[in-house]
Amino acid sequence: MAKTATKPSLKKLKQNFAEVHPPLASDEARAEAARCLYCFDAPCIRACPTHIDIPSFIRKISHDDLLGSAKTILDANIFGGSCARVCPTDVLCEGACVDNTLLKDPVQIGRLQRFACDAAEAAEVQFYHPGQSTGRSVAIIGAGPAGLTCAHDLRKAGHRVTMLEARSVAGGLNTVGIAAYKMPTEYALSEVDRILRMEIDLRLKHPVGGSALAGLLEEHDAVFLAIGLGQTAPLGIPGENLKGVHESLEFISQTHTVALTKCPIGRQVVVIGGGNTAIDAANAAIRLGAESVTIAYRRDEASMPAFTHEYELALDSGVRFEWLSKPKRIIGKAGEVSGLRCIRTRLDGKGRKAKVVAVGKSDFTIPCDMVIKALGQEVLHDFLSAIPKLKLDKKGRVVVDPETGATSIPKLFAGGDCQKDAGEEVVNAVQTGKIGAAGINKMLT
Amino acid sequence: MNDRSQHDAQAIDLSIEFCGVKAPNPFWLASAPPTNSEYQIRRAFEAGWGGAVWKTINQEPIVNVSSRYGAIDYDGRKIVGLNNIELITDRTLEVNLREIANVKRDFPGHALFVSLMVESKREVWHDIVKQTEDAGADGLELNFGCPHGMSERGMGAAVGQVPEYTQMIVEWVKEVARTPVIVKLTPNITDVRATGRAAKQGGADAISLINTINSVMGVDLDTLCPKPEVGGLGSHGGYCGPAVKPIALHMVSQIASDPEIRLPISGIGGIQTWQDATEHMLLGAGSVQVCTAVMHYGFRIVEEMISGMSNWMRKQGYHSPAEFVGASTDRIRTWNELDLNHKVVAEIDEDKCINCGLCYIACEDGCHQSINIEQVPEKEFLKAHKDGVDRTFLSGTQRYVHGAGEGYVNRFTINQETCVGCNMCSLICPVADCITMIQIDNGKAPMNYQQYQEGLAAGTISKIEPPQHA
Ligand SMILES: Cc1cc2nc3c(=O)[nH]c(=O)nc-3n(C[C@H](O)[C@H](O)[C@H](O)COP(=O)(O)OP(=O)(O)OC[C@H]3O[C@@H](n4cnc5c(N)ncnc54)[C@H](O)[C@@H]3O)c2cc1C
Ligand SMILES: Cc1cc2nc3c(=O)[nH]c(=O)nc-3n(C[C@H](O)[C@H](O)[C@H](O)COP(=O)(O)O)c2cc1C
Ligand code: SF4
Ligand code: SF4
Ligand code: SF4
Repeated sequence: MAKTATKPSLKKLKQNFAEVHPPLASDEARAEAARCLYCFDAPCIRACPTHIDIPSFIRKISHDDLLGSAKTILDANIFGGSCARVCPTDVLCEGACVDNTLLKDPVQIGRLQRFACDAAEAAEVQFYHPGQSTGRSVAIIGAGPAGLTCAHDLRKAGHRVTMLEARSVAGGLNTVGIAAYKMPTEYALSEVDRILRMEIDLRLKHPVGGSALAGLLEEHDAVFLAIGLGQTAPLGIPGENLKGVHESLEFISQTHTVALTKCPIGRQVVVIGGGNTAIDAANAAIRLGAESVTIAYRRDEASMPAFTHEYELALDSGVRFEWLSKPKRIIGKAGEVSGLRCIRTRLDGKGRKAKVVAVGKSDFTIPCDMVIKALGQEVLHDFLSAIPKLKLDKKGRVVVDPETGATSIPKLFAGGDCQKDAGEEVVNAVQTGKIGAAGINKMLT
Repeated sequence: MNDRSQHDAQAIDLSIEFCGVKAPNPFWLASAPPTNSEYQIRRAFEAGWGGAVWKTINQEPIVNVSSRYGAIDYDGRKIVGLNNIELITDRTLEVNLREIANVKRDFPGHALFVSLMVESKREVWHDIVKQTEDAGADGLELNFGCPHGMSERGMGAAVGQVPEYTQMIVEWVKEVARTPVIVKLTPNITDVRATGRAAKQGGADAISLINTINSVMGVDLDTLCPKPEVGGLGSHGGYCGPAVKPIALHMVSQIASDPEIRLPISGIGGIQTWQDATEHMLLGAGSVQVCTAVMHYGFRIVEEMISGMSNWMRKQGYHSPAEFVGASTDRIRTWNELDLNHKVVAEIDEDKCINCGLCYIACEDGCHQSINIEQVPEKEFLKAHKDGVDRTFLSGTQRYVHGAGEGYVNRFTINQETCVGCNMCSLICPVADCITMIQIDNGKAPMNYQQYQEGLAAGTISKIEPPQHA
């Protein structure tokens, strides 16, 4: 039996998972809002995938109209409260902000957005109501941000919506995938609740098979496909089935669905991968009380795709990095993980296109009692390939008309992570949900 | 000699003489709450203030209301303008006179004027003037400016708004006064020169201005009550603070340039910084008085004022304030004297521009439609930009551009053919020296409005065409 780490107390765990971006107090918000220049054709709006009118919502904060501010945000993005917490603002609105050039420091748009949304929530205002019934009905598969946004907009337009969701909670990865120290589960669920007030027929624990789609298309006037992506890709190396080997999404989702004191955690954890998911898994592991967490990545620091701000958070949290390390085999003792066998690599060429070449006789072992696999998420191939005539791209994602979300099959629309060129952020899922709803609405009216 | 030692070597003497009264510097406190008591004026002189005008005294202490002040904030900055409905001193004459004597005994080298306001009776004025001078005041300031409360009782602005009354009371005061008499003018009048001239006629030794401006501070949007509120009601009050400086500068310059007045001026209104003080002085003030800035930050601000003015004088080569008092007065003329052929246009320094678009929308919607907007693809923008690299950052393996969105950056340029040279964009631009107004040599000789009219009448010149875009 592997030695498990001595579990930190619940109090300590709660501290560890405290929000990395705490809310602004009202004086802070006012001072921060005063920094916004109210740009014309503002770069921040253009850099926001949902095009929230940022200067306008900030000006409303300055002028004491917090409800108006929240409405400006939610009109463009019904997940405005979640996005305020989880968006990679550094590379979106805040990265574009002109104050980066003027003051070397952008306006904290995300935190201001949260301030306004929180105020509206505290005031318990309901901004939106179902539209007058059109007698049309739409089925939505998948209750993640894309599906829920689409449902919300369709209800506004008066169409009936039936949502089919495989999990027992709604919200998709916005509820169970996002790092818990960015957004607590309760908040994500409250955002879902607000949307469900639009009288949406949500059926949880209702996994749909690809072959059932034809029936749905017959029963409804349109179907919106928002199933997201599946688990992360397997490593394809020996030892993957040993006890102590975890898949990253499952590992992270437990921080939302299981009490923090009950989440399994090793003493020495190795995470395999170099994307944002690997960083999130490592950050979760160290917060759960692992003594050491190492990310093993087959390329070097400069070629790691994870966002810089995420990488820096991991470094600050004490995560170590083993660059140019390609896993060969997970070593076990009595069926349990005891180490990760790697081979050193070198990069042949420049940039992302550089080839990863194994260096001869360079094997080494990182001792560990837990391995988290965190390669990229795979498409839900079984589901998608069971739909005849659905056009997919080379990576197996659904091809859609970017203007309407329409797929190659009549009446079938798609959005979110499952579609081609998906942005793989909540805010992008929301935008494609909006586009899909508008596309469906146009077809139905 | 390097700059540093030159800096130290040039002696600056800030001391002044104002209508015969000497002071270590021109920074005085205006008659107001900061000059209410001996305790406060001691602290002020110790902090470095060169003079003070004692809070307006009267035979009888008045009764005040609460609350009393209201303020305007602007986008997060507190107190851009302040208003008050406070009256003159609420302490007895006896206490005030005793404390005046104490201060003067301990600070003989500082200027201590005392502000007076009593009912319009000759004997009453005679009486208070004598008592104040006996207490040791260096001079008197007649408060003809308080716009609220006292004016309803026939004092303050009620006197200062009627030139005849002003002259009459100044004459009464001058019948007995042995020390210099400053008349403090109200701005709540159509032409401040009318009362300025009346004061001169009455025999005033100097003029100070401005007192506060009539104002209603605002309305509370929850209770619908005017601000500041007294038991559900409000009243018009006196407005002061940074927002009033331009009005004060105008009035100071009007008094300074009036050939019928020619009296020393103590400039008041909106002075927060050494720059504000220097501007008042350049337009004719021999000393300046401060109220709101001290109420906001305390007496300590005089240190920055002294430092700033001294360093400016070093840079300009002045040794004493007397050398620059009034240096800009003559530069304020009637509009008709301005050169119609003087031409400036805006120019944007593209390397400094942060692409906020504020100049564009201002010119497009509010001015003269003379700024071009052009969407430049990110890559092209970076190539054209000197500090292109500073505008980008890496995250993961992706490069991002500040100021960009949807793949482009807005580039703004001035259409100098149609720009009327109004200044607006350069006033708005958040980046220092990014938009400058440059002078265009149009080869035309200076011509003011009068010359223009004469030329047109004589048929020697043709009509100036309206701007092209209009
Ligand atoms: C570890 C991790 C961290 C992340 N962190 C961030 C972050 O910090 N910020 C950010 O903006 N984004 C983040 N993301 C990305 C973000 O969560 C996704 O882009 C977003 O949730 C995609 O929304 P979606 O609606 O397309 O899919 P999902 O959120 O994946 O939702 C799809 C839903 O469909 C359901 N479903 C799937 N198949 C079926 C079926 N056959 N029948 C019925 N229901 C089905 C699923 O159960 C799920 O509820 C992260 C993702 C991961 C994996
Ligand atoms: C609360 C308050 C009380 C004032 N009381 C007097 C007064 O008693 N006598 C007077 O001559 N001026 C009085 N003033 C006017 C100031 O002396 C000064 O003229 C005016 O505030 C403009 O200067 P500032 O912009 O520096 O404040 C008062 C101003 C304020 C704010
Ligand atoms: S870019 Fe920055 S300063 Fe400009 S409007 Fe957006 S948040 Fe405000
Ligand atoms: S100076 Fe006036 S007219 Fe000329 S570009 Fe600027 S705002 Fe427009
Ligand atoms: S206001 Fe200044 S910084 Fe903004 S776009 Fe115009 S020139 Fe550039």
